[in-house]
Amino acid sequence: MIDAAGIAFQIVQSVLAVLIGPLYVGWVNQCRAWLQNRSGPGLLQPYYMLARLFHKEPVIAEHASPLFRATPYVLFGCMWLAGGIVPALATDLPFAPAADIIALVGVFALARVFLSLAALDIGTSFGGLGARREMMVGFLAEPAMLMTLFTAAFISNSTALTTIVETLAHREFAIYPSLAFAAVAFLMVLLAENARVPVDNPATHLELTMIHEAMILEYSGRHLALIEWASAIKLFAYTAIGIALFAPWGIAEGSNWSALPVALVALAAKLVLAGAGLAALETVSAKFRLFRAPEFLSTAFLLAVLGMLIHFLGRG
Amino acid sequence: MNPPDLTPVTIAAGIAGFWILIGAASLVESQRLRFINRLIFPAGAVAGCVLAIIGARALGDPAETLVLPLGLPDLPFHLRLDPLAAFFLFLLGVGAFGVSAYAPGYFSRESAHRLRLLSLQYHVFLASMALVMLADDAYLFMVAWETMALSSYLLVTTEHKLPAVRGAGFLYLLIAHIGAIAILLSFGVLHGGGFADYTFDALRATELTPFWATVAFLLAFAGFGAKAGMIPLHAWLPEAHPAAPSPVSALMSGIMLKTAIYGMVRVIYDLIGDITWQWGLTVAIVGALTSLFGVLYALMQHDLKRLLAYHSVENIGIILIGIGLSMVFIGMGHPAVGALGLIAALYHALNHAVFKALLFLGAGSILHSTGLRDLNDMGGLIHRMPRTALCFLVGALAISALPPLNGFVSEWLTFQTALQAPVLEHGVVRSLLPLIAAMLALAGALTAMCFVKVFGIAFLGQRREPHHPPAGDHPGGDAGLPESIGMAWLGLWCVVLGIFPAVVLMLLNRVAVSLTGHGLPPEALEAGWLWLVPTSAAQASYNPLIFLATIVTVVLLTFVFVRWCYHGRLRRSHPWDCGYPEQTARMQDTADAFGQPIRWIFAPVFRIERRIPAPDDPHPRFELHVEDRHWRWLYLPVARLAEFLSVQVAVLQRGRISTYLLYSFITLLALLVFVR
Amino acid sequence: MTTSLSQQLVNLLAAALLLIAFAMLSQRRVLSLIRLFAWQGMALGASTAIVAYSTAQHHLYYSAALTVALKVVLLPWILHRLIDKLYVRWDVETLINIPTTMLVGIGLAIFAFALATPISEMASTVTHSTLGIALASVLLSFLMMIVRRKAVPQVIGFLSMENGLFFAATSATYGMPLVVELGVALDVLVGTFIFGIFFFHIREQFDSLEIRHMEKLKED
Repeated sequence: MIDAAGIAFQIVQSVLAVLIGPLYVGWVNQCRAWLQNRSGPGLLQPYYMLARLFHKEPVIAEHASPLFRATPYVLFGCMWLAGGIVPALATDLPFAPAADIIALVGVFALARVFLSLAALDIGTSFGGLGARREMMVGFLAEPAMLMTLFTAAFISNSTALTTIVETLAHREFAIYPSLAFAAVAFLMVLLAENARVPVDNPATHLELTMIHEAMILEYSGRHLALIEWASAIKLFAYTAIGIALFAPWGIAEGSNWSALPVALVALAAKLVLAGAGLAALETVSAKFRLFRAPEFLSTAFLLAVLGMLIHFLGRG
Repeated sequence: MNPPDLTPVTIAAGIAGFWILIGAASLVESQRLRFINRLIFPAGAVAGCVLAIIGARALGDPAETLVLPLGLPDLPFHLRLDPLAAFFLFLLGVGAFGVSAYAPGYFSRESAHRLRLLSLQYHVFLASMALVMLADDAYLFMVAWETMALSSYLLVTTEHKLPAVRGAGFLYLLIAHIGAIAILLSFGVLHGGGFADYTFDALRATELTPFWATVAFLLAFAGFGAKAGMIPLHAWLPEAHPAAPSPVSALMSGIMLKTAIYGMVRVIYDLIGDITWQWGLTVAIVGALTSLFGVLYALMQHDLKRLLAYHSVENIGIILIGIGLSMVFIGMGHPAVGALGLIAALYHALNHAVFKALLFLGAGSILHSTGLRDLNDMGGLIHRMPRTALCFLVGALAISALPPLNGFVSEWLTFQTALQAPVLEHGVVRSLLPLIAAMLALAGALTAMCFVKVFGIAFLGQRREPHHPPAGDHPGGDAGLPESIGMAWLGLWCVVLGIFPAVVLMLLNRVAVSLTGHGLPPEALEAGWLWLVPTSAAQASYNPLIFLATIVTVVLLTFVFVRWCYHGRLRRSHPWDCGYPEQTARMQDTADAFGQPIRWIFAPVFRIERRIPAPDDPHPRFELHVEDRHWRWLYLPVARLAEFLSVQVAVLQRGRISTYLLYSFITLLALLVFVR
Repeated sequence: MTTSLSQQLVNLLAAALLLIAFAMLSQRRVLSLIRLFAWQGMALGASTAIVAYSTAQHHLYYSAALTVALKVVLLPWILHRLIDKLYVRWDVETLINIPTTMLVGIGLAIFAFALATPISEMASTVTHSTLGIALASVLLSFLMMIVRRKAVPQVIGFLSMENGLFFAATSATYGMPLVVELGVALDVLVGTFIFGIFFFHIREQFDSLEIRHMEKLKED
């Protein structure tokens, strides 16, 4: 089952996920700037920022424990793994069977737990606040995410992402109401999990309602760079999951070299669209009060459950 | 009498005997007080290790029986070692080794007198658990079951001078006995009258009508559920676990609760046999509620051991979900999926035994070293106790169901079982199973939150000033060698069970085959030791080794790469915290603060009492009490009813012997008339 | 499973109907409620038109047109005017908090689906699988009427309940005879007017549209 093409695809995809992540974030920011009638910092700004941060000397608190220093690396490793096994380019990834969608949710949970622990490590008030809120959003988002994925899993009778992609890409054209529900729910979870408006604001700093930024306040230098980079990969990975579940056309199947250029172009097009859509969404919505977040996410959960129920009903 | 052959069942019975023996030996007056810590506990640990090996080896063998001419005349003890018993003996052995290795460190400053008693009770407790698993007749089962309850009661009330501990012990004993009565009645129903004896073989052979089968199921479910800590019979757990010494809590939570699971599986799958899906749905729904309420209450606790006790409730819920799903599928005619559910449940039982014991031992080390049990008093312990912190972190990640550790694998298998729901015919059940899975997901995510709280508040952050400074002197250092061995052993199992799940799956498949007659599909078994495949590779697969290897490789590569490309300089300074000056340790989040969102979101679940000080109060004190609603809804009414009834009955109490004799006489006459 | 495109579209619209019912249940603002109600009417009209097209039942075109005219244009307009005049643009208060309501709603949906499955197997229409959804929307609208404190959302709940019934009729038997439908439509319209008049009276009496005040009318 492992062949040269598969390994090549795997390597291309993993490297691509890591390299393309900041570009994708740059694109979202650029779109947002345009929509807000600003000129915007340019697509490559996230790379410049990463480079600058890597060059800087990190400053950490006196009583920071080893866990604090290890967390950025763990985070980066988790996100790399996630970016590597989501079939964004091809389904013939030798590593992809190592983790199905449930395990993927587990990877994100692992990263979240480590980041929250690191936030608590310094013992500052902002850190604890951020960790607490992050875990709150997390525990609400995780069941919603799983229900979304379950709906897709029921349609294709598998939790392996590659199988789901292959099934969904090959079905005859049919409108699945259940999948539409799941897509909306997934979008809501994506917004919450990636610290986007309306749950959190990625552009904020020093705001009492911040979540993600409050957790990484104490980080600087290379640690901060790794965390930012990991967040970018995470956004990319989530988008790639969304693409795989709801718009899987164009992803290369089998060990077929010729499909690669098509897959690349398709992926690029989809990312451009997704990024623009995300920016538009963020522009038109306002940030919620913190305690509206449970309502937001329970709505996402509800949508996912409804999608699943409708799927069962349609079959019955 | 010929010496019996050295079959596994003989050895297992021998180990139980050995435990009783060394327990008795610790009573021997000895000049050297360290005799127990140096010799008895390690010997018990080695016996546990042997038991684990025997259990693992016997998993694949057919059932073996042994009849011991002990007990009452004409009523010998029947023992039997089948794969199910072997699996639970393995669990017992693994847990017992870890806890027994740890115990000498924890008990190192006990007085000799108390230690002797403790050691006796402790080893009798171990032996009784082994006998529960080996028993092949209802008589031995109940004897061992009651011995287990009594010895653990005595262990819980080690600190019997404190009234709170006595109260906790009483509650425990009460619920344990109500449960035992239910189990006894269940055996009675299974027996169905007649003159057959009470061996499990005879119980298996009894043909029951559906009504009586349901009665037997409900009695067994309630009886074993009370011991396991199923909601609403869980009230004893959060009282008894904190009262007991930590190694005992570890044993009780890690292993004793599993004997209840063992009993449930034994009675439902083996003795009753004909499972209907309605039972399964009952078990699964109760399990889902148990896990959700367990974790919600856990999040409200700030006493570390109480918190862990509530997490035991939660995990029992997860195991029950697995069993319930399995029963639903078996009852609806899909035994292969049912086998998967059973495997998931048993796997989680083993995982919970390992990580919960580890966490209780970690809590014990904190208590032993600092005298603190309230999370709000701890902080920054990772600097003082790095070894304990590492072990505790492994346990915390495992219980939070995070890959690649073991807790994740069993929850993953449970999810996979629930995802087989489309094969079912019944529309409502088909929609309910994924919802139960969603509740499991919610409970899992809440667990992660809870353990971020525990680890973050206790081990990370800055050291807090204790509100209740501990009494007595405490060394304050890290865990000693025996303690570290015990914790490291259990931590190692957390990792091993997480990394090589396929091996465990194969072994558990044998248990499932022996119980239900069905196992996993062949594709699942041929996937090899590296790939965890529950049904078929196209449906789902998981490979924790690749998982771990990728993360570790990336972490190392990144580390090296960043150093090599840029620099490795690092400067330490004051915390930044947005430039706020005057940061003190009191400004950190407390355990209560961390649970605040949960308190807010799930407010109706709790009974919250809050006292907010008046604005002009010179000594403002904010008070907050969060209680379990079950107390007021269920336990207090029952208690009041019992009290009311006793007042009524007290009319009979006259204080004169002749009146009492008259009562006896009337009873005798009534009986004679009745039996006539 | 091969289903025609029109059937898929009807299924999708049915799903949208249910989604809107849930959205109404979770909505706090009166204005958004009215907007959602209009959307629900739109989905209903569209699905009726599709059914009419696919089964060549011409009278259904009329009911589709009627639905759109009445429920997308007229009733929302009346409701808008009502709340402008009554000055009740504030947020809606609910008796039970919204997540709990949603959970109850999911339970109701499962119940409705379970109830409808045997019935829909008997029906022979192309749309029979949507019967459960129709039933669920009726129950959800009912739930919304129960948990709202203010009079205006209750009326919207009432109207959306009618939507659900209408959808059920379409999906089970291709709609009622046109005369009946016209009658029902007229009833709804008149009902809304009467409600509107009542609102003014209630407000004059109590200076508020809070249903709670009606409790005072009870004779002790």
